[in-house]
Amino acid sequence: MSTTTDPRDSSAATATVEAPAAPVVRVTVPKRSLASELRAIKIVWRREIIRYRSDRLRMVTTLVQPLLFLFVLGSGLQQLSAASTHGVNLKTFIYPGILCISVMFTAMFSAASIVWDREFGFLREMMVAPVRRSSIVIGKVIGGATVASFQGVIVIALAGFVGVPYDPLLIIGIFILQLLLAFTITAFGVMIAVRIKQMQSFMGVMQMIVMPMFFISGALFPVANLPGWLAVLNRLDPLTYAVDPMRRLVFNHLTISPEARAALDPGVTWFGWHVPALLEAGMIVVLGLVMLGIAIWEFSTTE
Amino acid sequence: MTGGNGDRDMDSGPAIEVRGLVKNYEQVEAVRGVEFEVATGEVFGFLGPNGAGKTTTINMLCTLITPTAGSASVAGHDVVRERDDVRRNIGLVFQDPTLDGYLTAEQNLRLHAELYGVESSLVKPRMQQVMTMVGLWDRKDSVVGTFSGGMRRRLEIARGLMHSPRVLFLDEPTIGLDPQTRRSIWEYIGELKEREEITIFMTTHYMDEAEWCDRIAIMDHGEIVALDAPDTLKAGVGTDRVAIQTEDDAAAIDAIAERFEIEARMSEGAVTFGVPEGEQFVPRLFAELGIPIKAVHVSRPTLDDVFMSYTGSTIRDAEEDQGKDRNRRMMQMMHGGRR
Repeated sequence: MSTTTDPRDSSAATATVEAPAAPVVRVTVPKRSLASELRAIKIVWRREIIRYRSDRLRMVTTLVQPLLFLFVLGSGLQQLSAASTHGVNLKTFIYPGILCISVMFTAMFSAASIVWDREFGFLREMMVAPVRRSSIVIGKVIGGATVASFQGVIVIALAGFVGVPYDPLLIIGIFILQLLLAFTITAFGVMIAVRIKQMQSFMGVMQMIVMPMFFISGALFPVANLPGWLAVLNRLDPLTYAVDPMRRLVFNHLTISPEARAALDPGVTWFGWHVPALLEAGMIVVLGLVMLGIAIWEFSTTE
Repeated sequence: MTGGNGDRDMDSGPAIEVRGLVKNYEQVEAVRGVEFEVATGEVFGFLGPNGAGKTTTINMLCTLITPTAGSASVAGHDVVRERDDVRRNIGLVFQDPTLDGYLTAEQNLRLHAELYGVESSLVKPRMQQVMTMVGLWDRKDSVVGTFSGGMRRRLEIARGLMHSPRVLFLDEPTIGLDPQTRRSIWEYIGELKEREEITIFMTTHYMDEAEWCDRIAIMDHGEIVALDAPDTLKAGVGTDRVAIQTEDDAAAIDAIAERFEIEARMSEGAVTFGVPEGEQFVPRLFAELGIPIKAVHVSRPTLDDVFMSYTGSTIRDAEEDQGKDRNRRMMQMMHGGRR
């Protein structure tokens, strides 16, 4: 948005619009094409970014939660768990989970903007434009995912404070994983938000879905030796498959005893079979694409 | 991104053509077989009480909702089959605000221009033009959230014009605004008509505003009951309106029917009826009515009378009735009247 300094623009403006008798600047709207759809996606995406940037308070408030979990809960529970973590700092252990949850919260909030837009009417402005509904949804999801990844990057920056080394490969790995998660959760949020007319209802639904997903995912505990019912729920929770590979990645870069590794990072198993990290990441992506598809379908059939 | 703009030049045929347009919602027939044409360059008004089907019609023309039956074309394109072509050629100003309050005025307009694919070198000059017209160019960097209701509406009009639409739809553009802002919005519309080749289709339920239109269609209960230039419609009424207040209104209505064979009715708290030469009639009324008259008001036909002569009630009465209707329906629903 720095076009005011574009010399070509300003000269065109002074040349064409001066006196009231100046000729009318006529513009034409091109026919719809792939290029125009891509442009629409970009516009919707950029709007999300502009709005995130102008909302400093949101950046701060969404950071409070992970900090609380990480440093307050992590430091506090350390007293209780020192014996069972085999000398590993609890903060290090819960770090991947906290990263996931903070990305998840931001992504859900970004998705909520579709409900705001509906409530405040802006959605209508986009719906009557000569672009596909799917472009609007894709732009929203990519925009929300970008914003959520910003949040993820902030938490990644904190790694050193909780005993996670700043190894380039580790950081890149974590970054990619949280990017995938941000995309999938935003798609999930948009899928829900498309059908909801009021912000309060969305917040309610979000609390009802996000908190259980967080607690069940194993963000705060190892996923082995769980009671049977919890193990089943845990394997069904999509967030499990984001936390697990991220934790595996972090623990790959720690120098700890094999016992500690086995106790804290047992890995997700299906009937005794170790689910590979790559498959887990793939599941997140596929799930995200499916939900994006549903969101597009829903959005195209409303009104 | 060149080419594909050719259709702008072929300005043959009407800007809007509507044939037997119907929209039903579950049990309600919102629009029942509406037909009309709007010529290119015309300012066409849709007049009627709230709930008459004006917004439903406009939404069908703007491709926001699909008609149940009938057809409509806007700027030469069918609203169902050529949705995108319609959208490229229309500008919209809704009843409810649709601006992003967190962005600046300029950001809102730029977003719109990009969404419509306006060539980037033209965005700035066009933006300056439309914003200057509505007197907001010096506020372009302000966040829209800080704007007053009137400023927002003006900005919406500017935005609706950003992509040089051939048809501009205005749904109650002046609703809820103070008289001064309403007047200035009409001035913009007048100026617009002078400067750009544009057809304007608008809805209103302010009678005085309908006077600004080249032609108006009066809509009531989902049907068009009259369609012509405002003056022609008024001339067509042929009678002046006489409103009297008496000691006994019910007896007065009976007496008027009996003595003068004129059907009078209560409207806005007065016994009201139409007669060809109102002023000459008043002395006879005093002499022959036999019921004490407290006040008399004679007026030349207005659009209100046009509305009344076609629908049997004033626009305000019609809105009150519909309000009562709605309340009754809601009561029925609450008491299990719904099957």
